[in-house]
Amino acid sequence: MTISIDPQKTNNESLQPKGWLRYFSFSLDHKVIGIQYLVCGFLFYLIGGTLASAIRIELASPMSDFMPRDVYNQVLTLHGTIMIFLWIVPVVNGAFGNYLIPFYVGARDMAFPRLNAVAFWLIPPSGLMLVASYFVEGAAQAGWTAYPPLSITTPQSGQIIWILSVLLLGGSSIFGGINFIATIIKLRRPGLKLMQLPMYCWAMLGTSLLVVLSTPVLAGTLILLSFDIIANTGFFNPVLGGNVVVYQHLFWFYSHPAVYIMVLPAFGLVSEILPVHARKPLFGYTTMVFSIMGIVVLGLVVWAHHMFTSGTPPWMRLFFTIATAFIAVPTGIKFFNWVATLWGGKISINSAMLFSCGFIINFVFGGITGVALAQVPFDIHVHDTYFVVAHFHYIVYGGTVFIIFSSIYHWFPKVTGKMLNEKLGILHFIITFIGFNLCFAPQHWLGLNGMPRRVAEYDPQFQFVNQISSLGALLMAISTIPFLINVFLSVRNGKEAGDNPWDALTPEWLTSSPPPVENWEGEAPLVEEPYGYGEEISERK
Amino acid sequence: MTTLDSSNEIQKNNSEATKTHEDFRMFGLITFLIADGMTFAGFFAAYLTYKAVNPLPDGAIYELELPIPTLNTILLLVSSATFHKAGKALLKDKNSDSQKWLFFTAFLGIIFLICQLFEYFHLPFGLTDNLFASTFYALTGFHGLHVTLGTLMILIIAWQSRINGGRLTSQNMFPLEAVELYWHFVDGIWVVLFIILYLL
Repeated sequence: MTISIDPQKTNNESLQPKGWLRYFSFSLDHKVIGIQYLVCGFLFYLIGGTLASAIRIELASPMSDFMPRDVYNQVLTLHGTIMIFLWIVPVVNGAFGNYLIPFYVGARDMAFPRLNAVAFWLIPPSGLMLVASYFVEGAAQAGWTAYPPLSITTPQSGQIIWILSVLLLGGSSIFGGINFIATIIKLRRPGLKLMQLPMYCWAMLGTSLLVVLSTPVLAGTLILLSFDIIANTGFFNPVLGGNVVVYQHLFWFYSHPAVYIMVLPAFGLVSEILPVHARKPLFGYTTMVFSIMGIVVLGLVVWAHHMFTSGTPPWMRLFFTIATAFIAVPTGIKFFNWVATLWGGKISINSAMLFSCGFIINFVFGGITGVALAQVPFDIHVHDTYFVVAHFHYIVYGGTVFIIFSSIYHWFPKVTGKMLNEKLGILHFIITFIGFNLCFAPQHWLGLNGMPRRVAEYDPQFQFVNQISSLGALLMAISTIPFLINVFLSVRNGKEAGDNPWDALTPEWLTSSPPPVENWEGEAPLVEEPYGYGEEISERK
Repeated sequence: MTTLDSSNEIQKNNSEATKTHEDFRMFGLITFLIADGMTFAGFFAAYLTYKAVNPLPDGAIYELELPIPTLNTILLLVSSATFHKAGKALLKDKNSDSQKWLFFTAFLGIIFLICQLFEYFHLPFGLTDNLFASTFYALTGFHGLHVTLGTLMILIIAWQSRINGGRLTSQNMFPLEAVELYWHFVDGIWVVLFIILYLL
């Protein structure tokens, strides 16, 4: 059976608002939805970043003098939740996925455009709800993990709003995942084989599988948690015979794959950016595909490495340590592939390339501390210290956020038809890279010396190192300024980009910049070798 | 008119050009049901873990009577069969037969819900009595929510399969097929739930 799209309806598409107004409409165009995700996510990034700055100001001195302790807990809870559920996950999946995947599979839109718009429009209201939860009596203060009994015993109205908001965001994420799976598997242009797809498609396929398999478990867990809070049941309340460790198992069954939901798309994006700016084919396409799928499978069976101090039985510790260590294998393969892609390439030093290289450096470091944390004896020593904070931010900021910026520099010309200013871009990279490492590298030392996380006060001996870290955070905050100036200036009077400023071969560059409503004037091009930069190299020799 | 010829050629070879594509709404629904099934899997995992590691306090009541849930299992299994009948009838363009079968299926769903409520009101424990009771109500309640939604959807498609002006015809089977798949899914979950919660 086939669906014929009524030409009348397609004409309605062109009746939708033009210009900037369409970004505030229930647009069904995947490109508009992608930008909606990106800008909405970035606004929440600014809020989350402000909260992070507040945390670092508080930690510049050992006493809790900038804000009271409970406010500190509320701020760190909101910071974590906003950054994960409203910035990283929607942007790295929703924004780039919606913008790029239809191009990559040679389609005119996503498989379910209406569901797509619904998935996006769930985000602004639930984001506002999340921010609002801070202002009600008893804001959520149990961290982004919302571990019981803390989340049950602390004041509860804010926690309930927090749960509702995360449930809605999870729903949005699942709808997005269903859409990506259907688009990549079913909506491919005739003649385009799976193994010819750009790597980002594979990354999004893997990510969406994780979203569909694990996010519902988080939803179920949060429903049970809200029962505990509202109806006084005892699922996770030991006083009533419940079991807090069950919450931790269910929560990490989602939240460990969530790390891959945040980072696999970044792996895909960097695999698109490196070959273009190094003028070489992506090294080891097939191994890349199998590594992604390996990470998906392994990512589902490593969750209890977050719980080595939760009275986990020895066999469980052994199993999850080994499984976690195994994840380093496919991840390592990917890193060698990227380095091999750069090796001997004709590398252009521009903002996109710099951020991608920054990603490789930071992520290797975060990966090494990750393997260390998987070892039970070490993990028990540093559990709940700043070592974990440092590791996590090396993965999620040093990894994913660097790639988000890299991708913005890479695809901005396609989206707007204007180039970003390279000098400001490189300045942005330098401040971000120095600020980031200054902020988070010293936290490894703090953690190893026993400074606990999520506490507003600390031993005065840690003050100097904490101040270095806060200085780094200040630089990170400042780094946003050249970026914002760059974007606003370039949108107005940036250099004209032309259709393909990077001479890239992936399909999105084969249409005009910005692309027309249905992506191509004529038939979608068939790109059989998205990374066929090889001939150019041999010419050079 | 070579251009027209070539565009006809494209229409034959590339469905994209004719603005038609394969129907993958069913594919999307199956993906969604996998996700929904994972929610239940989480609940079942929690229930089984509690059963294994959290002994109930002395004197806690958790014995369940079997007649009503057994009747409910039969009701749902029969309703799956009657739904299938409705689909067969619609395929043969017997819209009124199809509608009758759909109404009968919805009726079975409503009876299921009534029996479930009857059981709730006659159980010797309440939601917050102990861990088993809470898990029991959470699991059956979440499943009951699915049955309620399914019954409403069956009533809607039964209305849509009316002879004059109904949207549901043998040319447009998708609404019926989608609700049918969802209904079979809810039945399957019930069978698992019945085995884990009542029989184990």
